[in-house]
Amino acid sequence: MSWETVMGLEVHLQLATQSKIFSGSATAFGAAPNEQADAVDLGMPGMLPVLNEEAVRYAVKFGLGIGARIGERSVFDRKNYFYPDLPKGYQVSQFFAPIVCEGVFEVPLEDGSLFPIRITRAHLEEDAGKSVHDAFSRETGIDLNRAGTPLLEIVTEPDFRSAEQAVAYLKALHSLVTYLGISDGNMAEGSMRCDINISLREKGSDALGTRTEIKNVNSFRFVERAIHSEYERQADILDGGGSIIQETRLYDAEQNVTRSMRSKEVANDYRYFPEPDLLPIVIDAEYIEAVRATLPELPGAKRARFTADYGLNDYDAALLVPHHALADYFEAVVAAGGAAKPAANWILGDFTAALNRNEIDITASPISAAQLAGLIARIEDGTLSSKLAKQVFDGLWAGEGDADQIIEARGLKQVSDTGALESMVEAVIADNPDQVSQYLAADEAKQKKLSGFFVGQIMKASKGQANPQMVNELLLKKLKDQS
Amino acid sequence: MTDNALLSGSVSSLRQQLRDRAVSSEELTRACLERIEAYNGALNAVITLCSEQALDSAREADKAIAKGDIASLTGIPLLHKDIFCTNGVRTTCGSRMLEQFVPAYDATVVTKMRAEGAVMLGKCNMDEFAMGSSNETSFFGAVRNPWDLNCVPGGSSGGSAAALAAGMAPLVTGTDTGGSIRQPASLCGVTGLKPTYGRVSRLGIIAFASSLDQAGPMARTAEDCAIALTAMSGIDAGDSTSADIPVPDFHAGLHHDVQGLRIGLPREYFNEDLDPDVRERVIAALSVLEQAGATLVDIELPHSHYAIATYYVIAPAEASANLARYDGVRFGYRCEEPIDLEDLYLRSRSEGFGEEVQRRILVGTYALSAGFYDAYFNKAQQVRRVITEDFTRAFESVDVIAGPSAPGVAFQFGAKQQDPVAMYMEDIYTLAVNLAGLPGLSTPAGLINGMPVGLQLIGKPFDEQTILNAAHRLQSDTDWHMARPQLETVTP
Repeated sequence: MSWETVMGLEVHLQLATQSKIFSGSATAFGAAPNEQADAVDLGMPGMLPVLNEEAVRYAVKFGLGIGARIGERSVFDRKNYFYPDLPKGYQVSQFFAPIVCEGVFEVPLEDGSLFPIRITRAHLEEDAGKSVHDAFSRETGIDLNRAGTPLLEIVTEPDFRSAEQAVAYLKALHSLVTYLGISDGNMAEGSMRCDINISLREKGSDALGTRTEIKNVNSFRFVERAIHSEYERQADILDGGGSIIQETRLYDAEQNVTRSMRSKEVANDYRYFPEPDLLPIVIDAEYIEAVRATLPELPGAKRARFTADYGLNDYDAALLVPHHALADYFEAVVAAGGAAKPAANWILGDFTAALNRNEIDITASPISAAQLAGLIARIEDGTLSSKLAKQVFDGLWAGEGDADQIIEARGLKQVSDTGALESMVEAVIADNPDQVSQYLAADEAKQKKLSGFFVGQIMKASKGQANPQMVNELLLKKLKDQS
Repeated sequence: MTDNALLSGSVSSLRQQLRDRAVSSEELTRACLERIEAYNGALNAVITLCSEQALDSAREADKAIAKGDIASLTGIPLLHKDIFCTNGVRTTCGSRMLEQFVPAYDATVVTKMRAEGAVMLGKCNMDEFAMGSSNETSFFGAVRNPWDLNCVPGGSSGGSAAALAAGMAPLVTGTDTGGSIRQPASLCGVTGLKPTYGRVSRLGIIAFASSLDQAGPMARTAEDCAIALTAMSGIDAGDSTSADIPVPDFHAGLHHDVQGLRIGLPREYFNEDLDPDVRERVIAALSVLEQAGATLVDIELPHSHYAIATYYVIAPAEASANLARYDGVRFGYRCEEPIDLEDLYLRSRSEGFGEEVQRRILVGTYALSAGFYDAYFNKAQQVRRVITEDFTRAFESVDVIAGPSAPGVAFQFGAKQQDPVAMYMEDIYTLAVNLAGLPGLSTPAGLINGMPVGLQLIGKPFDEQTILNAAHRLQSDTDWHMARPQLETVTP
């Protein structure tokens, strides 16, 4: 049987507010257990929540960022369940009336095309704490630092048909929220966690199959692998004539399988009802416009501008734009005089490779945008061959000054002087009579291949400084003269 | 000055005596503490006494008075209901669950009263988690009514009302979710005010039903309630539901004039179900106001009979969530030797909560369950709006609505304990006021067979002033509020 995967995603996005959604505790990652939990976070008797306006603003920013409708009057609800790391015995969330309503998010795929995903809703809620099972021998530790951290839960319609689409969506979402400055999007620290609702159906069918929900997947790679693994599991069951049980599953990255969670979790009746300790959030047009005025240029608009203004192709634009700092760096290089296309190539090629190799963020790059622009200018004006340029790049990376200083200091200027090149070419021809006779005896296709030998020898003799294009021309002419 | 004179003095008169240096706060505080020590064995009105702390505060107050640094309650002894969190002083909420709970913070009301110079004597007994109308559900034992030790003081602020009536303090605090200030005030013959929802911060008050809970004062006179309400009220950044509405000086605004005041008498309160003796007392009190120039108008609150059903869906539903935090994990009672997490939850909560609290958690959980939400909780919310609209419409033609505070006088222990619904009927005249978020006050209206009965006055939202004024006038023209139980005949 040929199966089609149908998926919807729920992303829990941690908002980068200074303090928690309902208390004044800090939200910074990595504090000692329970150092960032006050009486409100601990659910102490008599404590009351006070809504952090910053969280509301961030949610509205997100809604505007995907062109969604903002709920005029959204309401917090209590989601009731018992768990040791849920201090109040309920989570304050938004069930009946979310702050962000329906919208469409245009996700760029690798080929540069756009893929629309319908957003069902996004709502504000507080995170729970953390149960620590491995710190004590017969007891579970509770760390409430995370309790009360603001989350935006972003829910899509079942619009995904492949793991690649799901990952493209998550990457685009990651890019959007970092552009908006509403989240650090740090998946390793749990700032972005993904639940995958996945079902299979016969290709061509409109009906939805029974779905499972894979909870809390926290990297792009794991999302992709979890989907493939769950697809295989469901397909095996269906191919064998079995049926899928609707349940919550967890992805085990080490074994690359999904596992069923206790069925009790699924059977929870959350008994949602409006949170009486908080007033409804009323958002008027004036507030929305004030927030809209603070929105930066978003990835979609930037991609369009990069192709239109800089003549980049969709592919380059799609690679440059998602990382805000990378896009800024590119624009700074161009502003400093670097030609756009070579700038994109350098940034996406050697520059990114060097950053990755050295595990440093672009914001800590040892090469300034102006320096990279200087390097590109020397390539464009013929001073540097691409090979020499790489040496200069290494010099820039090592902090040896700007491109011209390095060229001077390392003596890397490309030799384009015809006289000098001619004598080099003649010398190589004179030193290699056997190869010359082979060349002359060969047909045209073979000649092309053999000419590489001479070019290589000349480049070697010139320590890479000979202008390869001129060498080539001179060589062909001189070899022709030999016949 | 005899202790007795001190112990029956109003806040306003004691305030004057303190300012005149006729008495010191230390003397006054000592007299209250002695009174508590003498009679608490019989009444069980106070759970925790803070004698040393109180005397320290009293001496501070005396120093402040000597310097002329006098706030509205400087040197006045005060008892808080044990539902208000007090920093460093255990706060039990009348429950085994919080028997050992010592908060590290003060309720806003506690902070405000202290800032006004009040001297906290201790914490008053109450129905467990404020769930009850007789004070019989307290883990710390029932409170006895100082008018008749065989009778209940009402609830849930029964310890506060009994302590006040017994002269243990001139001022006490209470909370009122469905009548928990007004009903015990009525049964103990004192004045009690439930302010408009949002008038007083709920921060630091242990929650029962968040959309209904409201703190208020109980005192010997409406005038004292006006002084205390001014001290307690005001928006609090820590309570999102506290109202951003200016707080008048209710004491400065107090006057006797009820000329032209329109008082509405809901047919539904004065129907054939009303006890004839209660009716007679209430009507007699209203006649005093009529003679002073007020007009009595028949009105209708057509949906009043839904109030109990509505309340007993919404309040338990909210309570079922509010009380979920008592799970034995972080604070409060934890069962011995739990074998696993479920056992920890089940036994901690079964052993830590009393019967009535468990009943309401079950009722509330049921009302919110999948498949029942629309039929119960959602329907109750709709009816709540309808009940509120009844009041809004009525207040288009009247300034105050009047009725009984409770269906009868204090009843004997155990009389209603086996029948929860009969107990719930105790609040039949007060519940709707909480559902509508209105201010309500109970003022003494005489005795029936030697037991006090109360008149309830209900005001427009944030118009506590008008009901305080009406009660003040009543208390100027009558001496029902001066009646005191003859505790001296009780063997301390």
